[in-house]
Amino acid sequence: MYMPGQYSKVDEILELHGYNKSSVIAIIQDIQKEFRYLPAEILSYVAKKLGLSEAKIYSVATFYENFSLEPKGKYVIRICDGTACHVRKSIPILNAIKKALNLSGKKHTTDDMLFTVETVSCLGACGLAPVITVNDTVYPKATPESVISLLNELKEKSE
Amino acid sequence: MRADSPKTLEQLRESYKNALSLQKKKILVCAGTGCVAGGSLKIYEQFKKLAEKHSHLVEVNLEAEKEGIGVKKSGCHGYCEMGPLVRIEPSGYLYLKVQLGDCDEIFEKTILNDEPVIRLMSKNENEVIMSQEDIPFYKKQTRMVLENCGHIDADSIEEYIAKDGYSSLVKAIKLGQDEVIRIISDSNLRGRGGGGFPAGRKWAQVKRQKETVRYVVCNGDEGDPGAFMDRSILEGDPHKLIEGMMIAAYATGCKEGYIYVRAEYPLAVERLKKAVDDAKKFGLIGGNILNSGFHFDLHINQGAGAFVCGEGSALTASIEGDRGMPRVKPPRTVEQGLWGKPTVLNNVETFANVPIIIRNGDEWYRNIGPENSPGTKAFALTGNVNNTGLIEVPMGTTLREVIFDIGGGVKNGKEFKAVQIGGPSGGCLTKDHLDIPLDFDSLKKLGAMIGSGGLVVMDSDTCMVEVARFFMNFTQNESCGKCVPCREGTKRMLEILERIVAGKGTEEDLETLEELADTISKTALCGLGKSAANPVVSTLKYFRNEYIDHVVHKRCKSGTCQALRRIVIDAEKCKGCSKCSRICPVSAITGKVKEPFEINQEKCIKCGACIESCAFKAIREE
Repeated sequence: MYMPGQYSKVDEILELHGYNKSSVIAIIQDIQKEFRYLPAEILSYVAKKLGLSEAKIYSVATFYENFSLEPKGKYVIRICDGTACHVRKSIPILNAIKKALNLSGKKHTTDDMLFTVETVSCLGACGLAPVITVNDTVYPKATPESVISLLNELKEKSE
Repeated sequence: MRADSPKTLEQLRESYKNALSLQKKKILVCAGTGCVAGGSLKIYEQFKKLAEKHSHLVEVNLEAEKEGIGVKKSGCHGYCEMGPLVRIEPSGYLYLKVQLGDCDEIFEKTILNDEPVIRLMSKNENEVIMSQEDIPFYKKQTRMVLENCGHIDADSIEEYIAKDGYSSLVKAIKLGQDEVIRIISDSNLRGRGGGGFPAGRKWAQVKRQKETVRYVVCNGDEGDPGAFMDRSILEGDPHKLIEGMMIAAYATGCKEGYIYVRAEYPLAVERLKKAVDDAKKFGLIGGNILNSGFHFDLHINQGAGAFVCGEGSALTASIEGDRGMPRVKPPRTVEQGLWGKPTVLNNVETFANVPIIIRNGDEWYRNIGPENSPGTKAFALTGNVNNTGLIEVPMGTTLREVIFDIGGGVKNGKEFKAVQIGGPSGGCLTKDHLDIPLDFDSLKKLGAMIGSGGLVVMDSDTCMVEVARFFMNFTQNESCGKCVPCREGTKRMLEILERIVAGKGTEEDLETLEELADTISKTALCGLGKSAANPVVSTLKYFRNEYIDHVVHKRCKSGTCQALRRIVIDAEKCKGCSKCSRICPVSAITGKVKEPFEINQEKCIKCGACIESCAFKAIREE
């Protein structure tokens, strides 16, 4: 799936962190930023370069919620379901988005790889609850209606 | 521009103070996460353009000579509900919900002609409140740790220095290690991250260790849902945290420090990185700081989304590049923390208190708040309350003052039901507790805890059983899986709670819940597990009748639990037309024509078809 040329980007990242074993979390964070997920070949490559076992690198990659072993969509929509957002009705928003994008229980990414929908525990923007983020941009005081029009905007933008 | 000695630092301070005094008017645009989401960065750019066009824009640097206007991106003001916020100095006007289109008017009226823009100001009934300090939301607060948040440019080390920044570090070095530890110990500063352990005792323990390689670590993994105090300090006044950490490092003999910030705070990480870089440029981080022989280097680590990393030993494991899992204690972090070395681990707010205490002395600090919990505490006030946002009050302030005087009461005039304090590790407090003082010890007695300081207000429409389920779901998700009580126990508790909200619970379930809660809190490995059952225990204690409603009467009075909703026919409104009984797919509705019909609850599948069919609006859900 990955061309050999793309490993040069990985080398760059490894170089930046000085091939330091204890920086493994920061390294895979940068890799995920670059590829939008953690491709298996690249994880093996990183393990080899850092002198770690594959088991070790997978143990880290699977422990933290932010890491994804599956490709994510162009727009990652995160619906905050922290306490403040929850009591201000965040779940109806999640349901509206899932319905609009035809996503269900285990399916988080649309077939056209445009959207990934996930929930997050708290984004710390509780004063504006309920909030959602799209690729780190915060959208405050969301409602099921406002998110649907946001989805349409994003769809138009990428056409 | 290097502050190589206390003397050069003072010289720099003088010139920055001078530059600051040349800013005859200041426009402070809030650039906290909340206001940025509302578009405040564009507002900031617009004001900058306007200032350049109509007057003279003064930056706080060494070149400032001419009088003019200062435009700055400030940290969070805390009044997030009303953002984007713009503060004008020296008049103290605070403009609320400012839009890009308002900038011209504000500039024209307020900056050029000294007139307020009334329509953007806070009002009490019909009276306009002229200054920010008089708005009820701010009036009852004591902003000490958050003093600079909203009042200085968060990105500017120059402004921090002008506001006496890094003078506490100078003072600390002059006082010497032992005296600094004595002051922090005697001030009785207690850890703001939740437990309330005395910071001075921790520092003294690290200082006593034989091992000479030591670390200072700042816990910025503010994972409690509903809490964002630390985020606001990181975004609004990053240098205060850095200065606090440096004082701790100096006093305990550490040469290296780490700040662990959760991944969900990208803006905080950005500001912090700039702050650390600036401090390095000024020679305030690095070798031979202020010509004192003190060396200090500071690293920033970003989390990757694991709540358990807020626990000390899990956090250090994560910095080391491992799975963030807690370990058995002892040895404690002060003996063997990061890389097995003695480690001072405090949270953001705790460190931010340190420069203030060093500047004013321990006696001064002890006079704020109650004897056993001195100082102030920042709370994130959220949920069903009118004024959500970040507040800071002296410890010992009552819940009533916080929720009603500062928070402006419950939203939409509904009745106050409970407040969840301390996040998933805390408990809930009811209206009977409105007058208890908020401090470490009095909350502990009630089975709640200050935690990191999240206060989520719940109104009469909130189902407390559902809230307990929500928190248990959270903890269950975040359980790292290392120890059995937490991994298996929280799972069983969650199953029971799910059963109850689905209307399938029994009275026996409540006893099982209590038994499990007791076992888990006694046997779990770390704080996450030990406190996981708290929300269940406290809701069972204060809202047992709601549990009974769910398991015995199969009712959820707040109407939150879908499965327990009932559809009923209002006998007074029903004309007996029989339309609903014909439409009901399970033949649950029966009756005589022209007399009120009835729904058989056992047969009803709550599809709601009858509600829509009724021409007299006689059928409703409750």
